[in-house]
Amino acid sequence: MSMRPDPTFHASPKLAMEAAPEDFAYTLLLSPDFSKPDALAVIDVKPGSSTFSQIVHTVTMPYKGDEFHHFGWNACSSALSPLTGHAFLERRYLIIPGLRSSRIYVVDTKPDPTKAKIHKIIEPEQVFKKTGYSRPHTVHCGPEGVYISTLGGGGKEGTEGPPGIFIMDCETFDILGRWEIDRGPQQLHYDFWWNLPRDYMVSSEWALPPQFENGIVPEDLLSNKYGHRLHFWDLRGRRNVQTIDLGANHQMALEVRPAHDPVREYGFVGVVVDTTNLEGSIWTWWREGGKFHIEKTATIPPEPASKEQLPALLQGFGAVPPLVTDIDLSMDDRFLYVACWGTGEMRQYDVTNPQKPTLTGSVRIGGIARHTPHPNGKAYAGGPQMVEISRDGKRVYWTNSLYSTWDDQFYPDGVAGAEVMANANPSGGLGLATDYWVDLPDGYRAHQIRLEGGDCSTDSFCYSSA
Amino acid sequence: MNSGGIDWTAAGLWLAVVASGFYHGANPGMGWPLAVSAGLMKKRARALVTALGPLTIGHLLATLLMILPFGLLVALVQWRREAQISASLLVIGFGVFRLAKRRHPRVLARVRSTQLGLWSFAVAIAHGAGLMLVPIYLGLCQIDDLDKGHKAAGILGSSDLRMAILVSIVHSVSMIACGGFLAWLVYRYLGLRFVSRSWFNLDAPWAFSLITVGVISLSISLTDGP
Repeated sequence: MSMRPDPTFHASPKLAMEAAPEDFAYTLLLSPDFSKPDALAVIDVKPGSSTFSQIVHTVTMPYKGDEFHHFGWNACSSALSPLTGHAFLERRYLIIPGLRSSRIYVVDTKPDPTKAKIHKIIEPEQVFKKTGYSRPHTVHCGPEGVYISTLGGGGKEGTEGPPGIFIMDCETFDILGRWEIDRGPQQLHYDFWWNLPRDYMVSSEWALPPQFENGIVPEDLLSNKYGHRLHFWDLRGRRNVQTIDLGANHQMALEVRPAHDPVREYGFVGVVVDTTNLEGSIWTWWREGGKFHIEKTATIPPEPASKEQLPALLQGFGAVPPLVTDIDLSMDDRFLYVACWGTGEMRQYDVTNPQKPTLTGSVRIGGIARHTPHPNGKAYAGGPQMVEISRDGKRVYWTNSLYSTWDDQFYPDGVAGAEVMANANPSGGLGLATDYWVDLPDGYRAHQIRLEGGDCSTDSFCYSSA
Repeated sequence: MNSGGIDWTAAGLWLAVVASGFYHGANPGMGWPLAVSAGLMKKRARALVTALGPLTIGHLLATLLMILPFGLLVALVQWRREAQISASLLVIGFGVFRLAKRRHPRVLARVRSTQLGLWSFAVAIAHGAGLMLVPIYLGLCQIDDLDKGHKAAGILGSSDLRMAILVSIVHSVSMIACGGFLAWLVYRYLGLRFVSRSWFNLDAPWAFSLITVGVISLSISLTDGP
């Protein structure tokens, strides 16, 4: 407990943008065949450093088969909430859930990121016993502690009871219990985020564990059995207040990205695939007159491809779906980055008018049919996937793996781990940095990236930038 | 009145009522950043001023809730010294508790931003803001008493209750004057950077303040003959 707030806590998104840029990126490494323990890689991203774009430290876990996916901090700018009046936490511990094992690691990044080490391990039984949930996923630091969403309910298959969110103490890391008091019609889970002063949360739906753990189930997808609804919650009341169905053909509504400035009552969600035409889509939701509304505001078409270019799963369609698997919103709420994991494209939209996203930049790399190499000449397997934007909005980092078993179905030749970075033009436009290429250890794939001092999908704010 | 070499005068005590108000008001934990946030969210300075109302009322009620029982105790029964000693011990005890258990009362995170009055009340109770005033208040009652001579039991010491209300109002007005001024400075001139810059961890100093007030009051009660 320190005397001053952590210098990486910022009252407003604007202050977060003005702070010193990141020197390190943390990236989760997973062993897709579970033959090795998963790991956290610490990457030097300081321009001019002799080890720039190299892994400078690795924290290897003691177990195998965790399958790392998403992770987050124990505390962030939300600690400056004027309501909690308790700003003296430290952004210090990374909370890393094992999506497959339900084990949770707490990694201490102080005194130096290059000396990061395991601080605590929460065994899966603790998660099951205290929450009745399994398969922990998204981590957000909030006013009552660390909120963690899960994809599975109870039982071996994770199908006994619906999945939900639980809360963990941000200092002791004890699991406190379920968050929901009234979940309404919510039966599936994926991502969630919120607007703290406006007191609401938004959550999305992927699927139940039997629908993803052993690979995508094509019959379920074609019969529209993956998630396609968005849930809106009274954050402090812990109640579902509204559920909006995007239409059953809009399969897999994944990342939820509310505007960072709390005065803006809107946000975005990406839909992986429309089963009627293979399109990917971006949806804008907003609150008006106490009700939430949502509209499809951008679509990305599939790209025709010959049978030989396609994996067995897609051969019947003769086209590559864009597969919008991740989206991320810049800190100033101006640019939305959209990862098209199937077609191998990272798109940049200007969302100054959130109802009318305008395409302002695009980078081609990887892709099921295109296999676009990196400008440095190296082959890039998979496509752009988990994307993270620097707080100042000038650098956009991404990796290439979606999920172990799904990678193998869409990219049967394998998805050798890769992490790249693109420079973003402040007025729009995007170009890959030729000098940023992280050599990942053999046999590992890379998933989510977190940046030192916070990034655009971590920190939430209680004060408007205005 | 002179006891134990300390000049325990009415002026000093009233100064303590006002000073503790400033102290509470300056503490971001008592709500001034909420007023800044309200002003920014509504994009109107008026929203900042409006937020100060419920913050004052909440603090006022919390203070009253703490000192009124002691007011009744000294008004109804002539246990002035016992009341003073027990109040001192209570304040010291709470200070020690705050020092030992410096964890955040999580229940506050459940209060909504629209319930500013309730929030202000809860936060003042949780931090012992009202409790800090009890020994000061009892000191003022005592002086008031000595000035007027001992009252007949039948009057029921209503002046003690009036004093409780007066002390709470003076304290809460000082609190919001200081907090409101800071909120205005940040909103209008200093900018949001000041929110985190000015936010010191007052947990330990706050606990020590409680203990100090209690110890001073206790030593006076003990040296002050029955």
